[in-house]
Amino acid sequence: MLQPALVIGASFAYLLLLFAVASFGDWRAAQGRSIIANPWTYALSLAVYCTAWTYFGSVGRAASGGVWFLPIYLGPTLAMMLGWQVMRKVIRIAKTYRITSIADFIGSRYGKSPLLAGLVTLIAVIGIVPYIALQLKAVSAGYALLTTSPGTGAAVSVHWSQDSTFYMALALAGFTMVFGARHLDSTERHEGMVAAIAFESVIKLVAFLAVGLFVVYGLFDGLADLFAKALAVPALANLLRLDQGGGFAWTQWFAMTLLSMFSVIFLPRQFQVMVVENVREVHLRRAVWVFPLYLLAINLFVLPIALGGLLYFGPGQMNADNFVLSLPLAAGQHALALLVFIGGLSAATGMVIVETIAVSTMVCNELVVPLLLRTAHFRPDAGHDLTRLLLGIRRLAILGVLVLGYGYFHLAGEAYALVSIGLISFAAVAQFAPAVLGGLYWKGATRRGALAGLLAGFLMWSYTLMLPSLSKSGWLDESFLTQGLWGLAWLRPEQLFGLKGLDNLTHSLFWSLLVNAGAYLGLSLWRAPSGLEASQALLFVDVFERTSSRSPVFWRGSAKVPDLLRLCERFLGADKAQALFDGYARQAGVRVASAIVADAHLVQFVETQLAGAVGSASARVLVASSVEEETLTPEDVLRILDETSQLRAHSLELEEKTASLERATNELRTANEQLMSLDRLKDDFMSSVTHELRTPLTSIRALAELMRDEPDMELAQRSQFMTIIVSETERLSRLVNQVLDMAKIESGHAEWHAEMVDMCALVQQAVVTTAEMFRERQIVVALDLPQQAPVLLADPDRLMQVMLNLLSNAAKFVPVPGGRVGVSLRRDDSGVTVAVQDNGPGVTAGQQALIFERFRQGGDTSNRPQGTGLGLPISRHIVEHFGGRLWLESDPPNGAVFLFFLPITPA
Amino acid sequence: MFNGIDAQRLLALFGCGCLLLNFPLLGLWDVNTTVWGVPLFPAALFALWALLILALAWLMERRGQGPQDD
Repeated sequence: MLQPALVIGASFAYLLLLFAVASFGDWRAAQGRSIIANPWTYALSLAVYCTAWTYFGSVGRAASGGVWFLPIYLGPTLAMMLGWQVMRKVIRIAKTYRITSIADFIGSRYGKSPLLAGLVTLIAVIGIVPYIALQLKAVSAGYALLTTSPGTGAAVSVHWSQDSTFYMALALAGFTMVFGARHLDSTERHEGMVAAIAFESVIKLVAFLAVGLFVVYGLFDGLADLFAKALAVPALANLLRLDQGGGFAWTQWFAMTLLSMFSVIFLPRQFQVMVVENVREVHLRRAVWVFPLYLLAINLFVLPIALGGLLYFGPGQMNADNFVLSLPLAAGQHALALLVFIGGLSAATGMVIVETIAVSTMVCNELVVPLLLRTAHFRPDAGHDLTRLLLGIRRLAILGVLVLGYGYFHLAGEAYALVSIGLISFAAVAQFAPAVLGGLYWKGATRRGALAGLLAGFLMWSYTLMLPSLSKSGWLDESFLTQGLWGLAWLRPEQLFGLKGLDNLTHSLFWSLLVNAGAYLGLSLWRAPSGLEASQALLFVDVFERTSSRSPVFWRGSAKVPDLLRLCERFLGADKAQALFDGYARQAGVRVASAIVADAHLVQFVETQLAGAVGSASARVLVASSVEEETLTPEDVLRILDETSQLRAHSLELEEKTASLERATNELRTANEQLMSLDRLKDDFMSSVTHELRTPLTSIRALAELMRDEPDMELAQRSQFMTIIVSETERLSRLVNQVLDMAKIESGHAEWHAEMVDMCALVQQAVVTTAEMFRERQIVVALDLPQQAPVLLADPDRLMQVMLNLLSNAAKFVPVPGGRVGVSLRRDDSGVTVAVQDNGPGVTAGQQALIFERFRQGGDTSNRPQGTGLGLPISRHIVEHFGGRLWLESDPPNGAVFLFFLPITPA
Repeated sequence: MFNGIDAQRLLALFGCGCLLLNFPLLGLWDVNTTVWGVPLFPAALFALWALLILALAWLMERRGQGPQDD
């Protein structure tokens, strides 16, 4: 045994650690760097499903029924396969309409009905009490086992005031208040709590795996050894088979799978962590498989531990629920036993914290606030801050649920195994299934149907499962169990109407879900939904089709901004309310909150914010009492929906028009820019032309004036001047011709004479024409032509112009003496390429693009050779006219190669 | 309700899971034999379970191919 002080000390130290984790989570959340905003933490927080029941009870169940502990975990695995479809829809709805609990969800779906939300809350509280009791029982039993020496008789029943379990319940209540009810948050999210729950999930898994490994490899010699020993004992070998001697209860197997499928969604704590605490929808994508994987891992060693315990102690010697503790204790592994106890404490506290927080929110929002709103003191127009009151109610509710749980434990706890207690709770929350699942996909479901279904299912559950459990604990006369109510045999709660052959759980589940679904469907079909029901149905069922900005607002009436602001101040606090209204004003595009238009959107905004704090049903009541509104009929709902979709169509149309206008504007702007740049080019051209014309003109004029002013000029001198004048005039006319040529080509007015041209002959002729020029400058010309002459359809004069231009260019730039020019012609399938290569200085990369522009010449400005600067642009135009291209390859200082390509079939 | 190929695959997987883990298919594994020292029935149950989780993980995690965020 261990010292009680040690166990209590370790437990408190662990709870403090948990609190530190939670505080860290809250601190990081306040800084905007959430530690729970990732799919792994989310998946681990879902593992709050594994409570003390899993931790202790599964082994107990396995020790008596073999694989029967498993359906409770296979169900959630199957449910998670549909999780991405179904739960994502629930999450989207909850986020859009600020749903804070399962009661709020159901109430809100069926016309924001306070009655329905209240009923769901009541069912949840009553259904959950046994479950809380189960946690208390497990921890208290574990504690007793750790701190009493073996062989001591069973615990004698003590008065509650001396029962350590009672004080443990109180401690847990205090702890939960600190976790979940410190401040009021309009989204009901608790980052710190989720962080702590994820942490607990890791601890309980590690502890359970540790004890599993210890049993298999410490007490036995591996799995094979353990199973071999178990198979040798007929009673144990039976546990490893499906039909353990008798027939296998398939219906019960199926019922338990179904039950756990519902539970993993509808248990208030699962709804809390999966839906309310969800940070991003996409986290669900990973969580749907990580969570089942967690369930698989924590169940791996259940069967080995159960068999190990039975082999070690012998059947019936020890309570199998506590094998995880008693095995390490018996083997003298006290540290391991303490770790396992802490793991169990993790499982129990995690469940208690989340469950009571979820239930306290429901009790406060769906039971207490609606009742308070009926009293004069709390009418919305009475003006004081109610946030402290709301917190107080929640704290009281937490305490209340735990005290109730303790009460159940004290009264009925000893009569049942852990698993049976848990299943009672599961069957209670399974009653939510028709209302929630139907409400997600069926628009015709009504408040009446949901109300009747839930009530009928709950009454059937009470009569066939809850009352018998109390009766078996000795708190009710057993005669009604065996002989039926008032002695009527057909009213026997476990064989209702004489239905036999089912175990009590399956029996109860069958009858309760039957009457539940029957009443739900029947009454929904009896009367069509009202306006509010129809509008909520649309908002829920079609949630994926509507974005928040374009969803219809089903409200008509008149409201005043100050009234709504005051309402928010009372339930959310003054600062928060002001901040909300300022934010709304910014979004609406007005400067101050008082300038907001009090339209349907504002009313909906306020109602959604209030829904986060007091639940949607109460929020509806509050808003309705502070504004003047009209009741909507189903026809109004349809009309509003129609208007919204028309509005949406109009806005789409408008968007399209705006887009096309923008496109046109852009096109115009581009065209304008092109025109401007063309205009600039023209100006440049004009100034260049003028400049080029002026230079020869100036020299002609100067020489002519000289000759006029000096009549007795020497003849030789005069003749030299005349030669210069003639050459300058030639240059002028060449320039004018080229400018005209250029203008003609560019404007498309040039004349082209297309005929078959032999390219070889043309190139040869060009070289012959320029031979005299090359010879003067002592330039060697190398010609490289193919044998077969390619023939093209082109204008030979124009092509000759190109050739002469390229050749004279080459002649200008080669060094004197030692100049070399190479002319080559290559043909391939597509066309002819002519290259003119020189050994001049080449063209630098920066100039390569420029030389094809008009009036741009290569070389420095100082030693620029003669020329107009129009030759290359004109040549390029000519080549391009015939569908070819002209380009330059140059690698200074190793000369330049001008090439042009002409296709054989001109474009 | 279940549009898109991936949503339908999930639905099919759910159907497979329900069938494999219930009457009568589950009963096929109830044979008196062992695999590596572990009795076949519990081993098969855990193996089926793991397989279903694996298939689910594969469907959800394929890059860029998962169910649509509609």
